[in-house]
Amino acid sequence: MNADGSARSGLLAGLPPAPSDSVYLDNNATTRVAPEVVEAMMPYLTTMFGNPSSMHRLGAAAEAGVSEARERVAALIGAETPGEIVFTAGGSESDSLAIWGTLRAWPAKRHLITTKVEHPAVLGLCRELESVHGYSVTWLDVDGQGLLDLDRLRAALRPDTAIVSVMAANNETGVLFDVEEIGRIVKEAGAVFHVDAVQAVGKLPLDLRGSAIDLLSLSGHKLHGPKGIGALYVRRGTKLRPLIIGGHQERGRRAGTENVPGIVGLGAACVLADASREQEDRRVRELRDRLERGILETVPDCRVNGHPERRLPNTSNISFDFIEGEGILLLLDRAGICASSGSACTSGSLEPSHVLKAMGVPFTAAHGSVRFSLSRYNTREEMDYVAAVVPRVVERLRAITPFGRERATF
Amino acid sequence: MWKYSERVYDHFFNPRNVGLVENADGVGEVGSMACGDALRLSFKLGPDGKICDAKFQTFGCGSAIASSSVLTEMIKGLTLEEASKVKNEDIARELDGLPREKMHCSVMGREALEAAMIDYYKRQGKQVPCELLSQGVLVCQCYQVERDTIRNAIMQNRLRTIEDVTHWTKAGGGCRNCHPEIQHILDECGQKLQLEAPSPDRPGALPLAPAAPPSAPPVEQQRVARIRELVEQDIARALRTDGGDIELVEVRGRDVYVRLVGACAGCPASQATIKGWIEQQLREHTGEELEVIEVRS
Repeated sequence: MNADGSARSGLLAGLPPAPSDSVYLDNNATTRVAPEVVEAMMPYLTTMFGNPSSMHRLGAAAEAGVSEARERVAALIGAETPGEIVFTAGGSESDSLAIWGTLRAWPAKRHLITTKVEHPAVLGLCRELESVHGYSVTWLDVDGQGLLDLDRLRAALRPDTAIVSVMAANNETGVLFDVEEIGRIVKEAGAVFHVDAVQAVGKLPLDLRGSAIDLLSLSGHKLHGPKGIGALYVRRGTKLRPLIIGGHQERGRRAGTENVPGIVGLGAACVLADASREQEDRRVRELRDRLERGILETVPDCRVNGHPERRLPNTSNISFDFIEGEGILLLLDRAGICASSGSACTSGSLEPSHVLKAMGVPFTAAHGSVRFSLSRYNTREEMDYVAAVVPRVVERLRAITPFGRERATF
Repeated sequence: MWKYSERVYDHFFNPRNVGLVENADGVGEVGSMACGDALRLSFKLGPDGKICDAKFQTFGCGSAIASSSVLTEMIKGLTLEEASKVKNEDIARELDGLPREKMHCSVMGREALEAAMIDYYKRQGKQVPCELLSQGVLVCQCYQVERDTIRNAIMQNRLRTIEDVTHWTKAGGGCRNCHPEIQHILDECGQKLQLEAPSPDRPGALPLAPAAPPSAPPVEQQRVARIRELVEQDIARALRTDGGDIELVEVRGRDVYVRLVGACAGCPASQATIKGWIEQQLREHTGEELEVIEVRS
């Protein structure tokens, strides 16, 4: 990228230097792989390269690594047995396996329920099921704070409802759905209950023993594990047809030679998350609140999207009026800050974020939304730096825009 | 992440000619916040009839700001006749190219230039040259894009796919119902382009009667499409629960003309309904100070 010194000095003049090369606040997109995870994976990328199915010492070593990782994942989410964990290639595959696999197991049931704010992994699949495969889909609305109306869910459930799929935590706003309450309603109606917990695992306490959740998706790279590995929790006794058919791996629920280094890395990431979750949550929440306060107090015409309390401790989604998100991101990047936006321009689509749209956030505010998502690796110094840079970025773009408080339209 | 050229970054990080020209001879405004991009372009003519000053104000992404900035540099020193020949692909070329998905930013620059020149001719009481006016049949209802806009984009940029047409004009980016028609225009233009080889210098716009009213540029059409979507989908859905319904008749500037049907028509409370709730909904979702006016059938 252009390393124009004058723009840099103009934007950052008088500010203390950045506390690190990259202030990474895009952890809902992906996370830094923890050094402990890399260390755990290395043997399986080098000397312990065996196929877990092989009848020799290298196969046995790989199999042992996979088994241990399965126990670790099960422990983090409170699964009753490690056999309830099916390793996949990531969150999207887990979601597809859960929904497709359930529908294929219940061919007579032709209805499913989800929400308008799901991740594209669920939205895209459900749209395909609706338009190509003739399923009937109920899309639940959310209110202005991103929360569901459970009466709407009750009214939508039918005898032929195969599955209800909702997310535990929203990737854009961090807003939490009460999945246990939703699960109770779904189970009373006799449908299968799937939770996309990709953003929640490692950040929220989960205990699937005695829970109403039948299927739960998680992803390695959202909790400081590697990319290309995920898992689907399948409650014992839940009917599921595989998507990838072939060998006997994962007890016939997902064929293909195991991604042993990835699986081992995911297991190590789960151990780290379990050990540090409570403490990190308190610290990360404090950092998030400090950043949010700093921005809201100094920048006029901005506001937080989503319920202020019922959201992930690491996520802050802020709309800045009169300016557009991509410009904000490019200038933040120039200052070494990595964040993301719900604006249409950053995605290549013409529509801004479907999540903010579903919440009734005006298009005008959705285009100027920025998501800051933190991790345990962030520091207080970084938050103060970002809170000092953001007002300058906003001011610079507001000097270019034709709109403002006096005039918000042509 | 978009792959922007060094020129795009240069114009984004160091925008030239930001602001509004004082005592401008022509001002063009296209787009809206709801559409995701908007541009106000103003210019002043010198005694020699050439553009001596040009400035911009832009709401939009990095490439929208860069396209606006480079456009002001390109048109300075040109006569209006010369400026009218600046096409969207010239803007993109001056930036060493734009990602396909961002070509509509250069189209917005061209539209603002057109709007500013039309504004100039109107202020002067002069007839608007017919090449600045276009008129056509609506193809994309969602983004209100006309056949001529699509045809020009295809001919000038030698587009081959529906996806390209969407990236250049936004047409076809919504419900996709117009995809067969866009394909038809692509096929037509493809035949013409083959006959004309190697490179058509002039766009395929048909000369039009000067009396024809200037049709709204696509960015303005998108604004209308947004309002239509809000009225006929979101607001209508709410009214339908009470046995009513609503249609959008027309948008003229800030005035939104609607017709109430079903249980709402003739309801004594309808006037209050319109003035209160519907207007509030529209204002909140567009960020515009819109006025709702009921048309009685």
